[in-house]
Amino acid sequence: MIRVFIADDEAPARERLRELLQDIATEVPSVVAGEARNGLEALERLPESGAQILLLDIRMPGMDGLELARHLTGLENAPAVVFVTAHDKHAIEAFELNALDYLLKPVRAERLAAALKKAAAAGAPRAETLARAAGAPREYLSVAERHRIVLVPVRDILFLRAEQKYVTVRTSEREHLIEESLVALEREFSGPFVRIHRNCLVARAAIRGFERTGGGEEEAHWQVVLDGVAERLPVSRRQWPTVRELIADK
Amino acid sequence: MPSIRQNAYPDVLPDFRNLAVIARVLLAVNALALAAALYASPGVTAALEHFFYIAAFLEPLLLIELIALFALAGGLARLPYWGGCSALVGLVVALAGAYHRVVRAIAAAPQLASLPRTLVLTVVVAVFLLLYFHLHTKAFSPALAEARLQALQARIRPHFLFNSLNAVLALIRRDPKRAERSLEDLADLFRTLMADARQFVRLADEIALLERYADIEQLRLGDRLRIAWELDAAPSDALLPPMVLQPLLENAVYHGVEPGTGTGDVLVRIERRGDRVHAAIENPYLEKGNQRAGNRMALDNIRERLALFFDAEARLETRIANGRYRVDIEIPYRRT
Repeated sequence: MIRVFIADDEAPARERLRELLQDIATEVPSVVAGEARNGLEALERLPESGAQILLLDIRMPGMDGLELARHLTGLENAPAVVFVTAHDKHAIEAFELNALDYLLKPVRAERLAAALKKAAAAGAPRAETLARAAGAPREYLSVAERHRIVLVPVRDILFLRAEQKYVTVRTSEREHLIEESLVALEREFSGPFVRIHRNCLVARAAIRGFERTGGGEEEAHWQVVLDGVAERLPVSRRQWPTVRELIADK
Repeated sequence: MPSIRQNAYPDVLPDFRNLAVIARVLLAVNALALAAALYASPGVTAALEHFFYIAAFLEPLLLIELIALFALAGGLARLPYWGGCSALVGLVVALAGAYHRVVRAIAAAPQLASLPRTLVLTVVVAVFLLLYFHLHTKAFSPALAEARLQALQARIRPHFLFNSLNAVLALIRRDPKRAERSLEDLADLFRTLMADARQFVRLADEIALLERYADIEQLRLGDRLRIAWELDAAPSDALLPPMVLQPLLENAVYHGVEPGTGTGDVLVRIERRGDRVHAAIENPYLEKGNQRAGNRMALDNIRERLALFFDAEARLETRIANGRYRVDIEIPYRRT
């Protein structure tokens, strides 16, 4: 029995998939482990459902399918993903480049059976593959705990700082550690974030101003003053001209 | 059933009850008179004097002609285009002739032009104006072809078509009757799309189309879509261009309901206010929905078509207030 989770915002579409799963039950025995109406709901319910395969609609409100799939890769028992879409030109092109599996709506029983078998054998998609297929930056960063995923809205993030193996994600409330590379984050969020130092990206919206510090023995340098936290972040001499220009545009 | 013609908008006479048309006639005739005066006079002062002299004769005639056209507009519009043009020229020439005689009889006007000259000038001006209105219509007709294409593309928009078909497929086993009705609704929508976009339709038919469309969306979206219909004061016999309201409702669902996770309230209100018909469509304003492209294009096209059918007497406005996005349309109340 394959445990299947269905995520689609349209009730009839979920119903249709349930029917089809029953129709192919002799060929591919399965059980519906859970359902969700949008990305956030799926993220909440999926980990405890023990699903092995996720049938995932790409276009959903709240959080779209592509972003959801990226967050799920952090789970210990991440499910295999079969994307289902009525037609999303960009996504399909990206999938073909990245060899992700997808079904077109309306879905045919035979194709669903084939996709389930293939997905069961292939396992969870790799995070890099999904990242390459994604068309837009994520709205959240995620921290995988053992059986749960904690989301941090990107718009709440004040800065991202690389420390050894991890990146610290700082919001005004607290900080999280994620396992991603600062270079990749900089590329993905080049709009709202600016690099101020070799190891640090700051949210432009959070910058309140700059302070000059040091002098005397120590060489003088600039620091970023942020909204929401007392901590000052040093601007490297190399980044200072870029940062100053960006802020002048603000 | 009108035939499906692929080319331009059918030739029709201008609507002489439309204020914008009347204003254009007044302006054009007076501009011609001024040009003639400038051409015939040695200096500007003399030209102005000359113009006032012409105007004294011309304005009453122009008003009489416009009043006659206003009164007979309905009858002229029922004739075939060329017949209408001939009747119109005949009418204005006959009126000019009669007017000329009356002026000759009651006033001492030594510089009054001869009768044949008055008549020839009238014909020239009338034909010139008819040509102008003809070209004016032609200039707008690409908007119609484009509207059909856009509407067709919007409906064949895979997102709508395949999701609708998928929803109907899901229904077939559980509720075959409802599935049948949904397929019929889809068929009706497509039939309207493929019909002639250049004829007026009755508001009642456009409303029926709105309801069919809403049924299909309701099937897909369930309780996420809640539409309030305020149609009690809608004049069902009013005439309007086809596919004006449906794309607006579709936009409301596509931009205001689908991208949201909760229930989206959409309001459709159509009412008559004196000699105007007013329609408003309102939906939640979602930041995400706004990023979906295509809204602007549909609105621009509807605006163009309203201008084509009603000239300056139609209005389309959009506004965002209190978290709601709203489109208002106002057109003159016309009946068959």
